[in-house]
Amino acid sequence: MTKQLIDIKTFLDQDEKKDLLRLLTAGSVDDGKSTLIGRLLFDSKRLYEDQLAALQRDSKRMGHAGEEIDYALLLDGLKAEREQGITIDVAYRYFATNKRKFIIADTPGHEQYTRNMVTGASTANLAIILIDATKGVITQTRRHTFLVSLLGIKHVVLAVNKMDLVDFDQKVFDDICEDYKNFVAQLDIPDVNYIPLSALKGDNVVDRSDRMDWYKGKGMLEFLESVHVSSDRNFDDLRYPVQYVLRPDRDFRGFSARIASGIVRKGEEVMVLPSKKKSTIKSITTYDGELDEAFPPQAVTITLNDEVDVSRGDMIVYPDNLPRIGRHFEAMLVWMDEKPMDPSVQFFIKHANNNTKARIDQIKYKTDVNTLQKSEVDFFELNEIGRVVLTTNKPLFFDPYKRNKNTGAFVLIHPVTNNTVAVGMIIDKLSPDDLPSKISDSHRELIRKGKGLISNQEYQKHYNQKGATIWVTGLHGSGKNEFAFSLEKQLFDMGATVVLLDGSSVRSGLSKELDYSPTDRAEHLRRVAEVCRLLNDQGIITICSFISPDQAIRNQLIDIIGEERFHLVYMNASLDYCKQNKPEMYNDESIQYVPGVDIAFDEPKNAAITLDPANNGKNPEQVIEYLRKKSIFPIH
Amino acid sequence: MNKYTLTHLRELEAEAIHIIREVAAEFENPVMLYSIGKDSSVMVRLAEKAFYPGKVPFPLMHIDSKWKFKEMVEFRDNYAKEKGWDLIVHYNKEGFESGVGPFTHGSKVHTDVMKTQALLAGLSKYKFDAAFGGARRDEEKSRAKERIFSFRDKFHQWDPKNQRPELWNIYNAKVHKGESIRVFPISNWTELDIWQYIRLENIPIVPLYYAKERPIVEVDGNLIMVDDDRMPKEIAEKAKMRKVRFRTLGCYPLTGAIDSEADTIEKIVEEMMTVTVSERTTRVIDFDQEGSMEQKKREGYF
Repeated sequence: MTKQLIDIKTFLDQDEKKDLLRLLTAGSVDDGKSTLIGRLLFDSKRLYEDQLAALQRDSKRMGHAGEEIDYALLLDGLKAEREQGITIDVAYRYFATNKRKFIIADTPGHEQYTRNMVTGASTANLAIILIDATKGVITQTRRHTFLVSLLGIKHVVLAVNKMDLVDFDQKVFDDICEDYKNFVAQLDIPDVNYIPLSALKGDNVVDRSDRMDWYKGKGMLEFLESVHVSSDRNFDDLRYPVQYVLRPDRDFRGFSARIASGIVRKGEEVMVLPSKKKSTIKSITTYDGELDEAFPPQAVTITLNDEVDVSRGDMIVYPDNLPRIGRHFEAMLVWMDEKPMDPSVQFFIKHANNNTKARIDQIKYKTDVNTLQKSEVDFFELNEIGRVVLTTNKPLFFDPYKRNKNTGAFVLIHPVTNNTVAVGMIIDKLSPDDLPSKISDSHRELIRKGKGLISNQEYQKHYNQKGATIWVTGLHGSGKNEFAFSLEKQLFDMGATVVLLDGSSVRSGLSKELDYSPTDRAEHLRRVAEVCRLLNDQGIITICSFISPDQAIRNQLIDIIGEERFHLVYMNASLDYCKQNKPEMYNDESIQYVPGVDIAFDEPKNAAITLDPANNGKNPEQVIEYLRKKSIFPIH
Repeated sequence: MNKYTLTHLRELEAEAIHIIREVAAEFENPVMLYSIGKDSSVMVRLAEKAFYPGKVPFPLMHIDSKWKFKEMVEFRDNYAKEKGWDLIVHYNKEGFESGVGPFTHGSKVHTDVMKTQALLAGLSKYKFDAAFGGARRDEEKSRAKERIFSFRDKFHQWDPKNQRPELWNIYNAKVHKGESIRVFPISNWTELDIWQYIRLENIPIVPLYYAKERPIVEVDGNLIMVDDDRMPKEIAEKAKMRKVRFRTLGCYPLTGAIDSEADTIEKIVEEMMTVTVSERTTRVIDFDQEGSMEQKKREGYF
């Protein structure tokens, strides 16, 4: 055996152990995106000689880069596109170094190609967002970043390209980074990195640039080789969406799936959804032998110790960690079809190996991909993105997309054309129509009857009051809290048993991990409503002071707490009054999601009491009178 | 790498298994197109893995142009027998009987009649609604944008403008009667991945991939092997023994060999890493016209 042969064997043995990084490149032709990719491919020595020869021939005819090799021409695939000089679809490129294999989803940058970028982003672990150093952060940069965040990519590299055109000036780079940092802070991207480079000249792409010695970080390729992505997968929640039932003979009944998340272990007790039947895992079978455990994204086959009915579309989970099970949910939807949405159509929905039908109940808003402004629309057109409420025919087993891409993503298919017309990401919040069906009154009564030894009547007699929630709504600065505290004090002094909940007390603990985005706000309020329900059930009056800007959210609160117990007090103050009252909230432009400013505040239509704080309407007396009249407190 | 990280090959393997199972679950009558080449061999192994310990629940189909290398046909028949595959061999009977071949009709007519037309007729004959192919995106520029589930109309034609968005690992398998989907489970594999996987898994391949002394003539710079007596005498006479191997396999008159000493997988990979000629250039048919693969795809070829 020659020495060389040993080397290649060692090389192959090591090479087999590489992992895989899927990345997205976003930017336009003008930013030098194709040049960057071309150079990554070229310099990592994965370009074959004859492709290069063909390239030099092509460049003469249609090149855009003068006498130098046009790296971009390596990439453009289809003929028509080459003639137009732009890439209009998602192209997948492959290269490898001795540390990693890379798959690049190369997508075009213009707004009309939003759907292409969304497609490329759906499978990527990381996104390179290209910026032209001579232009800085532009609308397109914001759009791309928003899409990357929407699709749940956790790692972003801001590649500040064309540094050669700004004399490799550190200040230009720093200013752009600062600008970007301010923008990206509003979005949900945990890991953001910044690299100054010149794709055309090769600075900081593969080789570190000596023309930017002020930059101490890694070059692009070195960064891509070392970025840690394996912990991005969800190993916590076992979701085993059965894809195929394998029954080669009477003795073997296996359930095949690509593990969506979590770790499946031999011997563990599992539950099958929707039947909720339990069994234990007998074996994890693969062609290469049995395993003791398997993890995402492995594709395995399991068998169970009991004869449990399992079919495609069922989900196997651990009994103490269930996904949401439901037919109603909210989602961010991206419209992918040339034809605008017809909301009356019943679409096919495909989600985690489940096929059923879905209808769009409501379009909550459309998000402008450039400004992130929300607006009301009746339907979506191509490339439009927004929040919708859906109802499916069959229950789905899902998790919020944010927590679990594999069980939070779905596509909508048109029933006539069979085209994939939209794609969606489920939001971590229950929808209005879901809540009443999940926690119905009869359900609640059953639970209570089973456990409590104190009846409603006994509570009422004891406290001389009925459990109820006084919910105070209004803009920031409308005087809600002030009002709620004085109401609490007066009721307390009169002998009532009251609990006060307000934003700062709940957010300091119960809703600690939630932010002020509409999604999180809804979840925050759902928790508050659940607390109210528990307290009201046990005869206690709750006073809640929350903006609760959205009528749909308020409807949910009513669903949870119960209509007869929910009493809305509206602090009806003008925006000007509120701004005067709380200028720190309204004058700071870095604060996002301010109701009445950048998100809508729906005027409540069903308030029990409307107060006018600007004209002395701050006295709780009116509410106390209302409670007396309704025999809520005191009863006697 | 932590304990719960797959290597790139195992991740690609899992992706392919998922795709193959999805087709078996969603389509009524799928088929796996088997070209006898290395990519096909990998694809078939992946199918075996997907349904283990069961058997692959769909047939394999080989479109025989009747001009394949003899060693390919031999390999196909032996391997299929050994594995117990449900193998359909389909060829264009009319074309064969009227003597269509590359030497008499040129590569364009031959490819069209004996490969493209034969494939379409085979798919129609058995009413397959999904057909697996072993194409990879890195093979050729026009394939870089190919979907994993690639939609074909009633005439098996591919319309680049009318392809469905494909996100995450959710594949749209809805077709109307007569329409079909071509499925490419190894889209994301590179040539190196294929060789590594063959090595890792010990997958048998046709011996033509390994360097050996073979009777070779040079035709327009391509090294063509004299595989039978259908090659015109005036060409075949010039044959000389030369140590060559094939990077891709197809019809012998249309498939160029390369000079090589590589007679093991390791040596093949080493050669591949150091000798820089991309693989499809040894397929003569691509020289017809620029964008020719795109053209063939529109007409229904893979």
